[in-house]
Amino acid sequence: MNALQRSGSDSMAQSPRSPTSQAPYLTVSVTDPAKMGNGVQAYISYKVITKTNFPEYQGPEKIVIRRYSDFVWLRDRLFEKYKGIFIPPLPEKSTVEKFRFSAEFIEMRRQALDVFVNRVASHHELQQSEDLRTFLLEDEQTMERERSQETGIFKKKPADFMQIFKDVQSKVSDVVLGKEKPVEESNPEYEKQKNYIFQLEDHLAEAQKHAYRLVKRHRELGQSLSDFGKAVKLLGTCEGNSLGKAFSELGAKSEMLSIKLQREAHHLLMSFEEPLKDYVRAVQSIKATIAERAIAFRNHCELAETIKFKEIDLNKLRLTRSEKLADAEREYEQLKADGKESKRKFETIVKLMNQEIARFQEQKTIDMGVAFHEFAKGQANLAKSIAEAWRSLLPKLEACSFFVQNPDA
Amino acid sequence: MMGYENQGYEEAHLYASKEEMASLVLNEDPSPPSNGSKSFTHDPFSSSPQFVEIPTEDTDPLQSPSPNQVLPSHSSINSILEPPSYADAIFQSFDSDYVDSAEVVSQDQSLSALPSFSSDYIKICVSDPQKEQEQSGSLVPGGSYYFTYLITTFTNLPEFSGAEFNVRRRFRDVVTLSDRISESYRGYFIPIRPDKSVVESQVMQQNEFVEQRRIALEKYLGRLAVHPVLKRSEELRVFLTVSGKMPLARTTDVASRMLDGAVRLPKQLFGGESVVGGAAEVSEVVQPAKGGMDLLRIFRELKQSVVNDWGATKPPVIEEDKEFLEKKEKLQDLEQQISNVSQQAESLVKNHHDMGETMGQLGLAFVKLTKFESEEAIYDSQRARAADMKNVATAAVKASRLYRELNAQTVKHLEKLHEYLGVMLAVNNAFSDRTSALLTVQTLISELSSLNSRIEKLEAASSKIFGGDRSRIRKIEELRETVRVTEEAKNCAVREYERIKENNKNELERLDKERHDDFLIMLKGFVVNQAGYAEKMANTWETVAEETSGYAK
Repeated sequence: MNALQRSGSDSMAQSPRSPTSQAPYLTVSVTDPAKMGNGVQAYISYKVITKTNFPEYQGPEKIVIRRYSDFVWLRDRLFEKYKGIFIPPLPEKSTVEKFRFSAEFIEMRRQALDVFVNRVASHHELQQSEDLRTFLLEDEQTMERERSQETGIFKKKPADFMQIFKDVQSKVSDVVLGKEKPVEESNPEYEKQKNYIFQLEDHLAEAQKHAYRLVKRHRELGQSLSDFGKAVKLLGTCEGNSLGKAFSELGAKSEMLSIKLQREAHHLLMSFEEPLKDYVRAVQSIKATIAERAIAFRNHCELAETIKFKEIDLNKLRLTRSEKLADAEREYEQLKADGKESKRKFETIVKLMNQEIARFQEQKTIDMGVAFHEFAKGQANLAKSIAEAWRSLLPKLEACSFFVQNPDA
Repeated sequence: MMGYENQGYEEAHLYASKEEMASLVLNEDPSPPSNGSKSFTHDPFSSSPQFVEIPTEDTDPLQSPSPNQVLPSHSSINSILEPPSYADAIFQSFDSDYVDSAEVVSQDQSLSALPSFSSDYIKICVSDPQKEQEQSGSLVPGGSYYFTYLITTFTNLPEFSGAEFNVRRRFRDVVTLSDRISESYRGYFIPIRPDKSVVESQVMQQNEFVEQRRIALEKYLGRLAVHPVLKRSEELRVFLTVSGKMPLARTTDVASRMLDGAVRLPKQLFGGESVVGGAAEVSEVVQPAKGGMDLLRIFRELKQSVVNDWGATKPPVIEEDKEFLEKKEKLQDLEQQISNVSQQAESLVKNHHDMGETMGQLGLAFVKLTKFESEEAIYDSQRARAADMKNVATAAVKASRLYRELNAQTVKHLEKLHEYLGVMLAVNNAFSDRTSALLTVQTLISELSSLNSRIEKLEAASSKIFGGDRSRIRKIEELRETVRVTEEAKNCAVREYERIKENNKNELERLDKERHDDFLIMLKGFVVNQAGYAEKMANTWETVAEETSGYAK
């Protein structure tokens, strides 16, 4: 890692090689989804365009082709290497929708992947990652090789996570080892944070569920308006005269509004429901980090235990002046080094998590603020169009006179 | 009620989370009751009573702001934990320009019922259902019972010798009234009486059923009262003013009718015997063949209609038929289209309802989130987010309520469509009157022609015998008498047919005018309401958009 580029904020460091005093930047865009392959083998490929002045990237712009599993690879590597940091979430692996590959699904995925990569690229630690460089620069064959090397060692099975979550949530002591001490941190503030995260996920999931339903309602209402409009138009032709024309126009407006509703449904999906979903994923990513911290803590505790027992053994050996003493002393030193390392790892995670959570809260306020704004704007515009459309009919209706009586008289 | 199915759209279970919303966030004040008798029926467009009772405003919010005008959301809802001001709970009907007629029209009184528009009016209220015991002839020991309703009439029509009347009537009396009117006013578009609903009366809760029936009766009588011809009918007047049992006149029970008919049959079959009454009694000719008394007539007319269908004889009256048939077809098409729009409108209402419901649930979810973030907040960014969320939640809840209110209004307006489907039934009945009258005429004509040909044959046969054939001559004379009577009957039938045709024509003109006006009002009301509520929603969301504009990219 270039020491000159390591800094607290993203934009202050300067490289001697850069011709200008321009702030360092790394932006990525994920575009141009294209369907590749056939049948069961079919997948979507994306163009990933990197624009940067980071020296390691050797060039201002690079374009590569990537597929979803490449993104997954990147995420897994980052998760392994940067414990403690909340790795940005990926859109779900879909097993069913994949085969349908609707335009909407592809667009949603593309958007989510774009957001993912940019979040990585703008995180002051993650952006330094070698794996990120590999992802953004290497050709497809190299990428495929990297992916296929990813077997088991780094992959965490979902079952492991489940176990870890169980440990995190319950305060059951480690009975398996026959030791009565807890393997949980007894940090009330941290406990509070963990509870917050778990509850937050539930709340967000509910909101997201209703947001998704709201999208559906828009579509349904749109369809209904279209059907209604058609029926009204037919009635208009039946009635004839000025009233019939009024009916026909009403029908036409109704059909027009139907289109607006479909558009708003799409807008709602991309600009409101997706960000909510993204929020949920982010919280789930934090849960994974919580699990990592628990593992690190457990390792640290176990080592500390082991070291203590080793000390006792060592003293015994010293007293008996055993020839095993030398070996034992070497082992003891090794253990102490390991212990130090595991402690360091744990403490790094703790420090990083504290930084990350503050950053996370700030980022989410902004993300949600944008989403709320889009939601409100969309609804306001829709309502305005609806009002306008209906109001525009009034002059024509006013022009129709009554047969029996004019109620305005 | 109108002779067709009530689909019973369950607005009563509109919002599963409504109670949730009420307990968590809002304490909605109960809507004030309306003046009792003006409530809605159980047809597909009816909303549950809670919506009906919300009053409407008199001023057009677009022209002059009134003190009751609903304020924009941010000023009237200060905290999500406070109940909204009552002004928010009352909504305004936006079709305020037409509020009088719209209100009245939507409750089945057409424009002519308004005192300001015409010099005569008649208003009928149905209330106070009471249980009474069946008096005599009951097979069930201990007696069965029935319900009576208090019928109150206010009128200034000269035919009524007073301004206010009160009588008690049971449903059976209404059936009688309806049958009487159908007999006397053939060719008119007579409002369809409420269903007997035998199954429903067994299955439903008694008080629910009685209330449903009360409403239906009031609507039905209201429609009669508004019909320019029927409102002056003797039948209606007697029904509304004369206490005690309704005179039953011609409607005898089925059994005696069958017997009657069977007894008369041999006389008619043997025709030519000295009973001149073998010919159709003139007065009966003006009624369609029905019941046991007219078995033979039914057979004859059936034969005639078969003959007609097979084109053996051309119907004598043709000239107007083409125009009539065209009109009939047009009306059938109209009926179809009204039915379609009515269905789609129902669907539209449902979709608006669903939208409102989901919006409300979304709002609720955000309310919970807001509470959660506020309570757990460690960072300022969380507090800021909680504030943003609260605005969105408030707006969503408000929008949800607006959808609900809009729907209640929409239902009121589009109910007109549903009513006209009922009117179409009445039109069909009136057209059947015409058809059966025509059939009677044709039957008589055909009978005349067969009588005359018999006379011819007899004359021809008798002329061959020198000095005449006494029995044949007598027979000819009898036949000639029958022909004379039948001729009279035919003329009567023709007059009746022409009368019905005239009624049809006038009624069709009236229908076209009234339908035009009613639909115009309906459209205006619908459009103004949709626009009004959309504008309210736009305001609500604009506020939030402004408040979050800092985040805009």
